[in-house]
Amino acid sequence: MSIVRSSARSADDLTLVPRAHPRGAATCVARISLTEFRCYRSAVLDIDPRPVVLTGPNGAGKTNLLEAISMLAPGRGLRRARLDELDRWMPGQTPGRGPAWAVAARILVPAGSHDVGTGRDPTDETVRRVVRIDGRAARGQTALAGLLTVLWLTPAMDRLFNDRAGERRRFLDRLVYGLDPEHAERVSAYDHALRERAHLLRAERAPDPAWLDVLEAKMAEGGVAIAAARRILVQRLNAVMEDGPGIFPRARLGVSGATDEWLDTMPALAAEEKLAAALGTSRGHDREAGGALHGPHRADLSVVHAGKGLPAREASTGEQKALLVAIVLAQAAMLSQVRGRTPILLLDEVAAHLDARRREALFDVLLALGAQCWLAGTDEATFAELGSAAQFVRVRDAMLAPAPEGTSR
Amino acid sequence: MTPTHLERLIQLLAKLPGLGPRSARRAALHLLRKRESLMQPLAAALTEAADKVRGCSVCGNLDTVDPCGLCQDSRRDGTILCVVEEVADLWALERTGAFKGRYHVLGGVLSALDGVGPDQLAIDPLVARAGTDGVKEVILAMGATVDGQTTAHYIADRLGQLGLSVTRLAHGVPVGGELDYLDDGTLAAALRARRPL
Repeated sequence: MSIVRSSARSADDLTLVPRAHPRGAATCVARISLTEFRCYRSAVLDIDPRPVVLTGPNGAGKTNLLEAISMLAPGRGLRRARLDELDRWMPGQTPGRGPAWAVAARILVPAGSHDVGTGRDPTDETVRRVVRIDGRAARGQTALAGLLTVLWLTPAMDRLFNDRAGERRRFLDRLVYGLDPEHAERVSAYDHALRERAHLLRAERAPDPAWLDVLEAKMAEGGVAIAAARRILVQRLNAVMEDGPGIFPRARLGVSGATDEWLDTMPALAAEEKLAAALGTSRGHDREAGGALHGPHRADLSVVHAGKGLPAREASTGEQKALLVAIVLAQAAMLSQVRGRTPILLLDEVAAHLDARRREALFDVLLALGAQCWLAGTDEATFAELGSAAQFVRVRDAMLAPAPEGTSR
Repeated sequence: MTPTHLERLIQLLAKLPGLGPRSARRAALHLLRKRESLMQPLAAALTEAADKVRGCSVCGNLDTVDPCGLCQDSRRDGTILCVVEEVADLWALERTGAFKGRYHVLGGVLSALDGVGPDQLAIDPLVARAGTDGVKEVILAMGATVDGQTTAHYIADRLGQLGLSVTRLAHGVPVGGELDYLDDGTLAAALRARRPL
């Protein structure tokens, strides 16, 4: 579809946008309020399902608002901040001791709406996050995963393909959480067993072999499940990108690592046995080197620019960005296909790095996806092509001011 | 009471689980206000409990007699042994009134990072107990945490040679729980552990 331009259409034509969305209404944020969050003392924003464009100078609070939205999903948000780092900074105030941050939102889902609130527990003297859904305290953050999925792209991810493998694994695992929320627990249980085993191996007295056996059996079972979940995600994303729009470079994803390769040639149970046996024989090595020689924590996400057959790490900065955008868009499309629900997309400083042709293509794809997308950038003109298909919000000194319709161009 | 006495009381109260400095100050003031009706009986109860309550040498429960009241109760079924992490878990199971067998308190869970190994837990006494006493079934009632489950598997391995029935508690939908509000992990566990109606 083409971009809806504000100059060419009246306000009534806005209904054209939802009609172009895939069947089934999208999940979106209808209202968000921030209290004592980062630079915001108190701010409320009411929005509709259209893409939201946040513009304003550096340091105005655009990324902080995106971060607040990212806290509506389980995890540590788009900056991976500690809970007390999110409290509004005040001179002379110890983090976690002043007023506690809170983010509340009204989420529209196909079946109705939910009021979601999260923040640092102000009544607890230890730093703890609380989650409330429709006025009831949720048992934990995982309850949020049932309501909405949030995907993001930030400038910090620009170096992803040249960064350490750990960063790419984290990126990959976050994509898997969207498809399979159990994955988060699986990864944390695996990491815990891995640390326990490493600690036992390093202990001065010889560790109880039966204890090591149990930990390794847990690592093998959880590890193969992790590798399998990553494989399923990669296969699905590759399939989506196979017939994706041609303007973004097609990325071919793969997971490299011994455990992952075993799954190519043997059933999962055999891979579990093989991993448990490999961990058993590498105890001596792991005692000396720390960590573990085998397991999915050694895997890496490989990304190839399919058109050029070029590994992503060797592509130009602009191409790398375009590949990342392609992956995130494919993830969004895949989630709405597979889970029947569109994620919320947070794209920080993404449009500015794309050439005009790709930028327009990005806007087209976003509108066609029907996902509520939050775009942040310094320059309103970058988003002019969106016109009245989007809603514009000006961010100045931690204040949010919706721009009047039609003034964005 | 000089300020130092009061400060010491507050410091000690603040060490209780669930209390921080602020709530400890509130508790200390409340105690002082209810000196006769609460503070003195509490002090006496604390002294008496510190003096008389001991861990049971058989199961690890807390009681003023050893073996404890539960171990001495001849109506309880000695063929079933329920293994719990802490005394609080034993109390929780007792409150249900649903279990009539005997208990075994481990005193924690295996955690290399916290320096808790098999020797720090009552695992050897458990294996010895399970091998004698006419025990037919051991229920591993550990929490569904990573360390709890590691401990359960470790104990199951250790009990493996005794030819007993080793079971664990079911994981799933809480009584009165709505599916919509359950996390995916619990729901998946409940689905795997489904039963014919």
